[in-house]
This record gives sequence, structure tokens and C-alpha cells, in this order.
Amino acid sequence: MKLAYWMYAGPAHIGTLRVASSFKNVHAIMHAPLGDDYFNVMRSMLERERDFTPVTASIVDRHVLARGSQNKVVENITRKDKEERPDLIVLTPTCTSSILQEDLQNFVDRASMDSESDVILADVNHYRVNELQAADRTLEQVVRFYIEKSKKQGDLNLTKTEKPSANILGIFTLGFHNQHDCRELKRLLQELGIEINEVIPEGGSVNNLKNLPRAWFNLVPYREVGLMTAIYLEKEFGMPYVSTTPMGVVDTATCIREIEKILNSFDKDVVVDFESYIDKQTRFVSQAAWFSRSIDCQNLTGKKAVVFGDATHAASMTKILAREMGINVACAGTYCKHDADWFKEQVQGYCDEVLITDDHTEVGDLIARIEPSAIFGTQMERHIGKRLNIPCGVISAPVHIQNFPLGYRPFLGYEGTNQIADLVYNSFTLGMEDHLLEIFGGHDTKEVITKSLSTEEGLTWTSDAQAELSKIPGFVRGKIKRNTEKFARENNISEINIEVMYAAKESLNA
Amino acid sequence: MSAMTSDTLTFECETGNYHTFCPISCVAWLYQKIEDSFFLVIGTKTCGYFLQNALGVMIFAEPRYAMAELEEGDISAQLNDYQELKRLCTQIKQDRNPSVIVWIGTCTTEIIKMDLEGMAPKIEQEIKIPIVVARANGLDYAFTQGEDTVLAAMVERCPGETKLSEQSQDKGSSKQNFSSTKGLFSILNFNKKAAADTQPQEAEDYIDHPPLVLFGSLPGPVVSQLTLELKRQKIKVSGWLPSQRYTDLPAVGKGVYVCGVNPFLSRTATILMRRRKCKLIGAPFPIGPDGTRAWVEKICSVFNVEPIGLAERENKIWEGLEDYLQLVRGKSVFFMGDNLLEVSLARFLTRCGMIVYEIGIPYMDKRYQAAELALLEKTCQEMGVPMPRIVEKPDNYNQIQRIRELQPDLAITGMAHANPLEARGISTKWSVEFTFAQIHGFTNARDILELVTRPLRRNNSLEGLGWTSLVKEGVLSN
Repeated sequence: MKLAYWMYAGPAHIGTLRVASSFKNVHAIMHAPLGDDYFNVMRSMLERERDFTPVTASIVDRHVLARGSQNKVVENITRKDKEERPDLIVLTPTCTSSILQEDLQNFVDRASMDSESDVILADVNHYRVNELQAADRTLEQVVRFYIEKSKKQGDLNLTKTEKPSANILGIFTLGFHNQHDCRELKRLLQELGIEINEVIPEGGSVNNLKNLPRAWFNLVPYREVGLMTAIYLEKEFGMPYVSTTPMGVVDTATCIREIEKILNSFDKDVVVDFESYIDKQTRFVSQAAWFSRSIDCQNLTGKKAVVFGDATHAASMTKILAREMGINVACAGTYCKHDADWFKEQVQGYCDEVLITDDHTEVGDLIARIEPSAIFGTQMERHIGKRLNIPCGVISAPVHIQNFPLGYRPFLGYEGTNQIADLVYNSFTLGMEDHLLEIFGGHDTKEVITKSLSTEEGLTWTSDAQAELSKIPGFVRGKIKRNTEKFARENNISEINIEVMYAAKESLNA
Repeated sequence: MSAMTSDTLTFECETGNYHTFCPISCVAWLYQKIEDSFFLVIGTKTCGYFLQNALGVMIFAEPRYAMAELEEGDISAQLNDYQELKRLCTQIKQDRNPSVIVWIGTCTTEIIKMDLEGMAPKIEQEIKIPIVVARANGLDYAFTQGEDTVLAAMVERCPGETKLSEQSQDKGSSKQNFSSTKGLFSILNFNKKAAADTQPQEAEDYIDHPPLVLFGSLPGPVVSQLTLELKRQKIKVSGWLPSQRYTDLPAVGKGVYVCGVNPFLSRTATILMRRRKCKLIGAPFPIGPDGTRAWVEKICSVFNVEPIGLAERENKIWEGLEDYLQLVRGKSVFFMGDNLLEVSLARFLTRCGMIVYEIGIPYMDKRYQAAELALLEKTCQEMGVPMPRIVEKPDNYNQIQRIRELQPDLAITGMAHANPLEARGISTKWSVEFTFAQIHGFTNARDILELVTRPLRRNNSLEGLGWTSLVKEGVLSN
């Protein structure tokens, strides 16, 4: 058992549902108790989705528990088949219903006999993988299912497209700025003269999956989701893939060069050279390279930052801050524990320390200890930053409604570099403002009160002190509490009573 | 539709696939209500992610609730749950030192048959903090019923008969003993000073009647308003379940009258009657001026009090609502069903002049809601509108087809359906807003109408722009 207040990645079925509902005309059936279907709320509310989320919960209640769920699940699958005529129905349990160990595969087999739609059971272990891993796996499972189906039917088309083309893998619903990134990637590829073959799963049709092998290569912008599919397609059809995230000026160039190499490796008449494109974009189109040279960014030199997020965004952000802006990344971290080795290798040399954890208190304590000038993290770090009065730019999922801005805000490609530069600049105390404060001697007197956010020191408050504390108006209560505890710690007092409170107050006034 | 011309209430149970929040969501308001509590939800990542995301509450500073996340080792019984829970509770004691830890059992603890009720007393002994166990699971309950499971469990912890006899002794002997029974005498949510000020006059202010305890979690100001409403009739509220502090739970036992303020508390009502031999006052719920008046009247009638000035008060409130009423009169509303407040809200909106097409509701306890249902029926007759159909455990897909047919002016829905319906030109209001807003009592009737009329007022201001349907197929637009 684990005491948890906050999670960076959700449970496995959320990943599965994100992939399933991103495809066009795919319906998901959840085998779950009442209330487990809040995915519909997340998608409809966070993404402001206009359409009904194509997810139906086949509710497990006492009655169903007593009788077994087979009839109900099968009935719900065949019913959806008739009502919505989807191409594919994906059945998934949740953490809870997976414990029932019902033979869901058997239900699927039975239901597919009476359904026009294809029916599959999402094959994930709900206690071993998280949302991201499950999404990666489900995408691969769906792709594999349709490739194999086509193989059987003999309509698999392996001829490469005439012009260079790419599949973009891993753009999906509730992703961090995925929609905007996708638009930016399409533009980038188009400018390089590369056609888009398929984008999956967002807006893709499962019936077109058989066309995947026609592309010259696969682009996996985020390694959390899509990598398994890319590896499968490489194994199966020898399709090369690029998994360098085009985030930041340097890595966008690296990504483009990798694409160049792949295109030139084909035995076709095509020989491409993207160097002049990269140079033009870097120096004149993207404002980010110029920003690095500007006086504003100069003032950011050596400022301390902490970066935390999913592996893709945290690694890219660390490299951008350190390499492109001269900011000192005191710590880079990720909650993608399963990808720790890759992450460490990526950020090596760009930061002072590395943190791999999915425990937000550890991240909070680290931030409190380091006291950076800015944080680049998730919504959780933004929250920690608020408590410690440290600005935070949000660079990674878990998503929040703020991550679905109506305007165009990609993180990838050359437009992404501009967005990131803005984010960085606005997150630090504004360069000029900060500079003037130093010149004229004004400075921020707010300081971190404790070096830790959690209270493992075991300070106890007597009931009279607690009562006294509760009389203090809410908006200063937290501050008084922290000041008192700080005083107690400094004086090795373990029990705080009213006397200690007053003593603390007096010592601060002195 | 045949149901619309019926002159008695019709009940159907669709037993469909419907969406509502998980009952563990009750921690979101209960932890704020019971200030010295700590809620420990014992469940999986799915439960935790729900609280964090769908309710968006977990992120707030210094939460007084947490997840005991069950991992693979717990599910396969490789770990000893007793040791694990003890470890977590000890840590909670050290970090937060609450007056009570409420364990919220979930579907998972039900399925793996974790014996929470058996373990709690032992761990309570060891860590010296009361542990209350509530089974707020989605197998048996829906959304707001989570509160019902917690309050029902708390009944067991309310002081009982001995405390009650002390109370009557005190009453007879002296007023100086107030402090010893402050849990019974202090009117909750008045701050201490105010309570002290009013105490000396209490004897004249109230008639002599058996103790009255109200149950249902309401925000502090609403508790004060309802308490005051009864005080106007010289009826004294001995206590509220839950109280602001766990240590101030009201005494309940034989001879105590209890009355609910929320329609989803049937289990708490039953436990109060069966285990504590309390007498339940079955009244409509104090939602809307009509409901509040009926509620006060019913309590008065039980204590043989002739209500003073209630009709005038109700009329006055209605007069004050006239500007909103003009917006809703003759408009139609469809409840998809989510928080079990549907019948009370439908009754109030009918009285406001609206036509209710359908009342979806996750669970209908006809006995506990009897007085409310009777009032709904009476209201429909008096207003000359057809009786709505009441659909228990509705099927959301079928409901959407019905909404398409009926084209109501307003649909009150769960969060998952709001945006898609809006995109198809159907105005919606989130049902959860009524769960979290202050809707009880005379004064707050305005707040209900503020919520209900918001989409209608929005429509008025956007009228003429010509973009009511924002989906290509226009599925529901004609």
C-alpha cells in the first residue's frame, strides 16, 4: 500500500481509452463499476470535446457480481455495434474489475460472432503498467490487429508512396499540446517535401492502418506513446523510424538530419539536402536562436532551474535550457520510471543531478532544497512553486484545462521553439526587471521558509496551540505555522505549545 | 409521449448504462465540512486519479485526505493489509494528527473482501485515533450516496443515551454546566462568542420539545440559516450530523427526533431509526421556498408548534424571485440524473412554472423520499402541468434520443454530456453544481435560479448570432 496524494500518470485503462477514442469510429466498452467512467468527463471537459465520448461503461454492480458479467458485457458490445456501427470495439477492464479475473477474452470472442464490428480486448496488466505504457501498448495492439487482418485478407499494400512520406505515430487525445504539435509537424514535413501518409491514432481510421507500411518512415514525436508501434513496424516491414523529439532548435535540426539520412538511404532518385532549410529556419525564421543571443537571455545566464516531467518533455527541456539558453539546470527529473536509463543518458552533462521518481513529495522537497529561480514541470510543480513562491512554466502532462488553449501553442518544431522561449522568459523574473532590481538594490525578500515540504520531523502541536493557530485568519495561518515550526526546529523543540508560538513570534519581530 | 399526459407519477427502472460520479467523491466536500478529520480512500490508482482529475481537488494545499493505493502485492494478498494500514495511519497521525480518520472503502476493497470493519477497531486501539469505516463503493452506491455511507457510519460514533440523560439533568439543574455538554448545546457554526451571547436567553427563545438532530452535510452558513429558520418557530436544533468538528458529534438515542436535509441519506435515516431508536421526521427537503416551508411546517407539526409567519415568508421569497421566474416560466427541463437531488429540484422548478419532462435518478428510495414525491405530485396538480416520468438508473444513450425528440429548453446533466449537448444546441447545466452550491433554505432559492437561468440568459445574449449548432452532422438540431 502506498500513501498517495497525487499521481503523475493515471491508471492503465485511461491510456487504453485515450488511444481508442482518438481513432475515428472506434467505440470502447469499459467493464467497470459505476463512477469508473470519468474518462468521459476528462475528455469532454478538458478538451472541450464537442462529440459524445465514444466510451460506454458496462456497469458492474452487486447484481452483476453475483451473476457474472458475461451476458451484460456481450449484450453491451452487440448493442453498441448496432447503435453506432463502429469499425472497432475495444473492451477494457479497470484496476477494479480486472481483479474479478473474468474471462473477458471469451466475452470478446462470443460478442464478435454477432457483431459487424471488430472486437478486441485491450491487453494490459492494470497493476504493472501506467497510463502511458498502456497507451503505447494499446496503439501497438490495434495496429498489429489490423496489419494481421490485412495480411489474412491479402490486401496489405507494401508499395512505398511515390513521393517521400511519413506516418506520425502517437498524437492522441488528452495529450500535452498534441493537437498543436501535430499541426506544426505536418507543416515541417510539408516544407521538407514529405507527404503525410497516416497520423495515428488521433483522427485516424482503423481501416487505413493497412496503409501504414506505404510510408517511407515513421516519426515518433513522443517516446511515451508510439515507440512500440514504430518498433513493431520496423521488425515487420523494415520501416525506419525517427524518435528524436523535434523540440528546441538543436534537436529539431537533429531530427531533420535523421529524416534526411533515411530518405537518402532509399534506392530512389531522391537525394535531399535539408541543411540550408535548417540554417534558414534556425537563424531567421525561429526567433529562439536570436533570443539566445539577445540581452534578455544574457541575463538568464547561470540562473538555476529545476525540470520535471515525462521523459520526452523533461529531457528536451533540460537540453534547451542548458544548451540553448545557458541556464543552469540544477536538477532534471522524470516520473517515467520505466524509461529511466534513456532519460539519464539524454540529460547527462546538462544538469547537476537527476531525479527519477513518481512521488511528488520527493520532487517538492528537492525544489525546496535547491531553491531554483524557476521550475519547468507539470501542474504539480506549478502548485509546489506557488507554495514556495517560485515561478513555474508547465511543460508536460498530466494535462490541465490550461493545456488546451484555443490559440496556437505548439511545443515542437520551429514555432515550438518560439513558444518555449516565451515560456522560459516569462517564467523567470523578467530579465530586465530583475537586472534593474539588482542595480538599484531592491530585491525580493521572500525566502523559502522551510527546506522541506513534508513534515517528517515529527513536530507535534499541543491542542491549545492548535486552537490558538485556528484563531489566526486563514490567509496568514500557514505562514505563522511555518514560522513557528521553523523556530521550533532551530531550537530543537519537538512539541509546540502556546509559549513556543509566542516565542517564535517575538523572535521574528526582534 | 404517453408519460407526459399521466396524472400520477410514473416510475421506471431502465437499468441502463449511465454515467455518474463515483461515491468516493463525497470526500471532496466532507473533508472540508468536518474540519478535524482525515479521509483515507483505500483503493486503486483508478480511484486516486478520479479524485485528482475529475474533481480536481487533490491539488489544493495540505489536503486532509489521501489515497491508500492498493498495489499488486495488496491485491494478491502477499502483503498483510493490517500491517500496511497501520503503517499508513501511523504516518497520517504523525503528519496531520486528525481527530478522526475516515476509511473510505471502494469497489476494490469490496471485491478482495478486505475486512476493514474488523481491522479498524484494532488499529484504532493502537494509534489512539478513532477510525470510522464507510463503504462508499460504486458497486452499491452512486455519487452523493457516498455521504450517506459516511454519515451512517458516523451515527455509531455519536454519543448515546448516557449523554442524553446528562443533557436532561443539565437542563433541569443549572445553566453553568453548559461547557460540559457543549456538543449538545452549542448551535453549530455560530462562532463561540455568538453562541455564548445567545445562551442566556435560550430558555425564553425555545419551547420545550424533545431534542431535534438534523442530518446532512451543508456549508456553515446554510447550517446557520436553517437553524435560525427553526429558531424563529421556537424550535431548537440540538445538533447536526455531521458537525463542524468530529469531536462535536450530536447525541442521538431514544426520544431524539431526527430529520434529513438531503434526499440521498436514506441509509443514515434507517440506521438512526434502527440502531439508535430515533424518530424520523419524514418531510420534503428544504430546497426552494416551497420545500423549505414544507420542511419547517412538518417539523413544527411534529412538535405541536403552530408555525408563525411561514406563508408570508415564503411569499416574500417568491416575490424576490420574480425577475428570474419570468425567465423560466413555461420553459421545459430534462434531468438526466446524477446527484439524487433531482426530485427536489424538479419539484421546485415545477413550482417556478417550468415543465419537467423527465427525472432521471440513479437510485430512488420511495420511502425516504415519500414526502418529497407527494409534494411533487401536489405541485404538478396545482400548477396544472403533466407529471414527469421518473426513470431510475437511466440509460444515457436512450435519454439522449429522448432529448433529441423533446428538445427541452434545459438539460441538467452530468459533466460528460454537457459539452456535446451544448454543441448540438441543447442548453445544459451541470448537475454537480447543485451538489456544491448552497441551495438549501429560503435565502438560497435565488442561487438555484441563478444557476438554472444562466444558460437561458447566455442564450438571450448570444441570440441572433446564428450559431446554435456547432457540429457538422447537426445530430440533435432538428
